[in-house]
Amino acid sequence: MKANKSRRSFLKNISFATASALALSSCELKSLDKFFQKNFRTLSKKEIDQMIKELEEDYQTKYGKEFHVSAKPATDQTLFGYALDISRCIGCRRCVYACVEENNQSRDPQIHWIQVLQMEKEKGVDFAHSDVHYNPEKVPEEGHFYLPVQCQQCRNPQCTTVCPVKATWQEPDGIVVVDYNWCIGCRYCMAACPYGARHFNWAEPNVPADKINTETHYLGNRPRLKGVVEKCTFCIQRVREGRYPACVEVCPVGARKFGNLLDPESEIRYILENKRVLVLKQELNTQPKFYYFFGV
Amino acid sequence: MTKKTNIPTNRKLHSPDKAEGFQVQRSFPQLVLLLLCATLIFSCHRKESAYNKNVLPNQAIKDTLKSTEYAVEAPPLTEGIFPCSDCHSELEPNPERRTLDWHEEITGIFDHDSENRWCLDCHDLENRDSLRLASGKLLNFKESYKLCGQCHGEKLRDWKVGVHGKRTGEWNGEKEYLLCVHCHNPHAPKFESLTPEPPPVRQEDIQ
Ligand code: HEC
Ligand code: HEC
Ligand code: HEC
Ligand code: HEC
Repeated sequence: MKANKSRRSFLKNISFATASALALSSCELKSLDKFFQKNFRTLSKKEIDQMIKELEEDYQTKYGKEFHVSAKPATDQTLFGYALDISRCIGCRRCVYACVEENNQSRDPQIHWIQVLQMEKEKGVDFAHSDVHYNPEKVPEEGHFYLPVQCQQCRNPQCTTVCPVKATWQEPDGIVVVDYNWCIGCRYCMAACPYGARHFNWAEPNVPADKINTETHYLGNRPRLKGVVEKCTFCIQRVREGRYPACVEVCPVGARKFGNLLDPESEIRYILENKRVLVLKQELNTQPKFYYFFGV
Repeated sequence: MTKKTNIPTNRKLHSPDKAEGFQVQRSFPQLVLLLLCATLIFSCHRKESAYNKNVLPNQAIKDTLKSTEYAVEAPPLTEGIFPCSDCHSELEPNPERRTLDWHEEITGIFDHDSENRWCLDCHDLENRDSLRLASGKLLNFKESYKLCGQCHGEKLRDWKVGVHGKRTGEWNGEKEYLLCVHCHNPHAPKFESLTPEPPPVRQEDIQ
């Protein structure tokens, strides 16, 4: 794992000689391999298997538990979409914490992939006057509505185009992913994302061993390192196995809907065809696959 | 590929700021294609069932349409209360609307158009282990959604397609439905407010 840091400094420093000298002097042979690891997308099946095996061993050593790291690719004829019923959401934040647990977000320092914004009904969707820290006895609060925001899984993502090392991209099933082994932590993608949906590990992420989810995906919830960017992946480790994302299953009001946009029988298609639907910051032409709708 | 239609509706929730417009996203070529496929499949099924009727007249034709049945989670009845007939088989059925000296936990909160409603609009007088539709048809507690649907047809329709309420399981396969009564107490159906989980810590770098 340490090798990644060296590679990162390598790319930052640009100076080839200094960096490689540094890397060579500080790495044993196995790490050196990782230093020159190819991008996930260009790896052969055999190389992926080998890398997965090593990761599983690393994680087992670190957390004292057996890990499963999947590299399951996208299924044909699948394009994932999400819809959130703003008329139902009551702002209870159950989704925020279900996501943290499922996806191994750092507890301290705290990272949340989902932000629930409280807004005033009078003002409508208005990010400038939204409040993420609301904390009354009971929700919903009179005169307010709630807008949970997470990665909008854009068809036309700005974050991936600005990445100088192509460590983030859109998968064939529409999920925008990050290769944490490849990310150099430059945070250009965070600046490019108009939804504030990407989060940076400023410090070593910290997840207690008894809280860690060992069912992981290479491009999703596997343990991260200091200095990498992370974000919602629609729970890639679950949805590629046919399951619903964790936030969908936990929502007590049933405001969260998920499915295959290419399947005319899916609830997501029903919603797009029958309900009033909006996307956030439409004018930016990011074309989210995360929709908001009015169920009533 | 994607055609967008702006629908100028719901100005109340939506900010006057033109930033976000309502948008329905549909892919028309896809729709047409799907429609074609659907028609094809449908007509094939029709042919098949006609064939079954003519050729195998004595065989029961099994309806395999999944969408007419719903796998539901167990009704959230209080433990020990069912079968109701444990008590009610001993009790004289009384259709009279009155103040009950039993089921206080229900009469105490009863708030479902209560002025115009009585227990026996939904429960059967004779067979207390069943719910009852206005038609007199008896219903298993597992099918209470049909009872609710008598008066909340639109909600039932949305529930069936997974828009109102919640389904768990597989987005592409078997699903389990939560019954209406998992979320709405049939005797006081307003959804109860909840205590929120803690807000994020302040120093987090969120925008
Ligand atoms: C709108 C229809 C409706 C009305 C009116 C109604 N009920 Fe019910 N009741 C139900 C349904 C549906 C259930 C099943 C709930 C479940 O599946 O958990 C139920 C469940 C019950 C139960 C079992 C509750 C438990 O603890 O699990 C009792 C007892 C009961 N009703 C009594 C009454 C009485 C007494 C009244 C009149 C004051 C009444 N009901 C009015 C629909 C109704
Ligand atoms: C522990 C005994 C007991 C059980 C179990 C019980 N009930 Fe009752 N229930 C009563 C009694 C006693 C009354 C009559 C109260 C009165 O007359 O004031 C009553 C009255 C009712 C009434 C009012 C109409 C009538 O017949 O008088 C309804 C409706 C009712 N019960 C529904 C149910 C349902 C539905 C269940 C099962 C989910 C159930 N009860 C289980 C004891 C019971
Ligand atoms: C006989 C007709 C009838 C049946 C059956 C019926 N309802 Fe209702 N329901 C009403 C009416 C009328 C209202 C409006 C009551 C009011 O505004 O006070 C209502 C209101 C509601 C509300 C809104 C409550 C609120 O205050 O926001 C919910 C939720 C609801 N019903 C759920 C159910 C469920 C769940 C069932 C099945 C167990 C059911 N209803 C069965 C007639 C019915
Ligand atoms: C997953 C939980 C859940 C399930 C299951 C569910 N509802 Fe609801 N329902 C809600 C919530 C949340 C609201 C919004 C309540 C509010 O705003 O006070 C609601 C609102 C309603 C309302 C009030 C009108 C409205 O649109 O706000 C009716 C009527 C209703 N539901 C009927 C039903 C019926 C009938 C079923 C079953 C066919 C059902 N619900 C199943 C959660 C649920």
